[in-house]
Amino acid sequence: MRDTFTETATALLDDDPRTALVLADISASSFAPAAGRHPDRVLNVGIREQLMVGVAGGLALTGLRPIVHSYATFAVDRVYEQLKLDLDHQGVGAVVVSVGASYDGSSMGRTHMSPGDVALLDTLTDWTVHVPGHPDEVPALLRAAANHDDRVYLRLSTATNDLPRPAAGRLMVVHRGTVGAPLVLAVGPMLDPVLHAVTGLDVTVAYTHTPRPFDAAGLRELVGTPSPAAPAVVLVEPYLAGTSSAEVSGALAGVPHRLLALGVGRTDLRRYGSPADHARWHGLDAPGLRRSISAFLD
Amino acid sequence: MVTPATRNRRAGRPARLGPLLRRLTGDEKHAPSAHSTLDVLWVLYDRILRVSPETADSPDRDRFLLSKGHGPAAYYAVLAAKGFFPEDWLDDLAGPESRLGHHPDRTLVPGVEIGTGSLGHGLGLGVGTALGLRAQGLDLPRVYVLLGDAELDEGSNHEAIAYAGATGLATISAIVIDNQSASHGWPGGIASRFTVHGWTAHTVDGRNHDAIETALTSRRPDRPHVVVAVVEPKE
Repeated sequence: MRDTFTETATALLDDDPRTALVLADISASSFAPAAGRHPDRVLNVGIREQLMVGVAGGLALTGLRPIVHSYATFAVDRVYEQLKLDLDHQGVGAVVVSVGASYDGSSMGRTHMSPGDVALLDTLTDWTVHVPGHPDEVPALLRAAANHDDRVYLRLSTATNDLPRPAAGRLMVVHRGTVGAPLVLAVGPMLDPVLHAVTGLDVTVAYTHTPRPFDAAGLRELVGTPSPAAPAVVLVEPYLAGTSSAEVSGALAGVPHRLLALGVGRTDLRRYGSPADHARWHGLDAPGLRRSISAFLD
Repeated sequence: MVTPATRNRRAGRPARLGPLLRRLTGDEKHAPSAHSTLDVLWVLYDRILRVSPETADSPDRDRFLLSKGHGPAAYYAVLAAKGFFPEDWLDDLAGPESRLGHHPDRTLVPGVEIGTGSLGHGLGLGVGTALGLRAQGLDLPRVYVLLGDAELDEGSNHEAIAYAGATGLATISAIVIDNQSASHGWPGGIASRFTVHGWTAHTVDGRNHDAIETALTSRRPDRPHVVVAVVEPKE
């Protein structure tokens, strides 16, 4: 996904004089060709993330469309107040593109992990959040985001599904169970583990790469008219567990339902290892998901 | 401490600013000099900035960014005096229907370029503004950012100072109002924090209008510039 982002952003910088890229050293070498062609619009401020977002706010105030890029923990966690004040409060936007979210950078340890990025953005105003599940979903999302002035977060992962589903801006049914079957919502790269986990279970699986704005109407439609038993909804997200619980509750306000929210735990595990190891430890690999979902539905 | 000499140095500040300030603060006791930014702001809007109510949205205008967003009474008084908004807006500061609060909001007040209050945001936004103007070939506008000496405690300022200096961002000017309010001071002086990164700097009497104007305009075409405006220590 990171390579796809580099290619698409480089093309955007060539094609659209309104776009500008702001970096804080991360990925600077990948954008060296673009910087050579557009020195005024490819800006590497050094290891200065507060300035990275402040500069983006200033660029947007002059009418440009800034794309900000770094590790999630530096592009969101570290600069939370700059996102809040230099973008939201000024009434301007940017496209924030992260890599290394959640435990993609697990071998580097907790300092390079960011499972709370989407939850932090949920405290801010009107952020669109894209969590693509496949590299081929990235170009259209980035191009669309560059074409307006709103606030967009594009969360790139090293985890990917086998197949791209570019049209999944709203909840898209990937596997349909019987009428009234429990509903499993998978966000971004959680889809393939979910599909493996529910093999043989009578559930409907829906997918989206755009959890914000949350597709409340789509969820209500999928839940349909509740049968006598309260419908069961399972939310599976690649970031902090429960991040979208409030969205599901809001969408289903007044509809009796049961919700299980799965995602990354809050505890600093103080372990390195691979992303696959962390998926297992957080119960987000297929066997772990199977255990949690089966226990919930029994 | 108002001596005849200092009164004389403040010549040029219009008499109507005092009443405008009193409408904001309801404060009959304190002289306009209680407002540390007042003289610098007046010089900027009266002599330096290429911006008026008519050009407040022009891409080619100069930008003034008040980073030190607290205590904006002097800012509001100057903007009202220059006609950016009606003077009767001053009468209900921070009221429930007021557009003017104890920190300014750019979306509510004509002429206000950025909303501030939390310290250490204006210089980064200013650097970005200067870069955005340059990228669009707008060579005429200059970006002015006003900070306080205590505000420099915020490390975010130093990210902007270092980057602007290293890249020779010559279209930005910082003005630091120095009322010696930083808890741990700035040994060696504030200007040195900028010049070590390649900025040009002038330190002047922050009440002397001619000196402020001269300092703001005496700069090199290839460097960012800072004016440290020294005023009375904060009481």
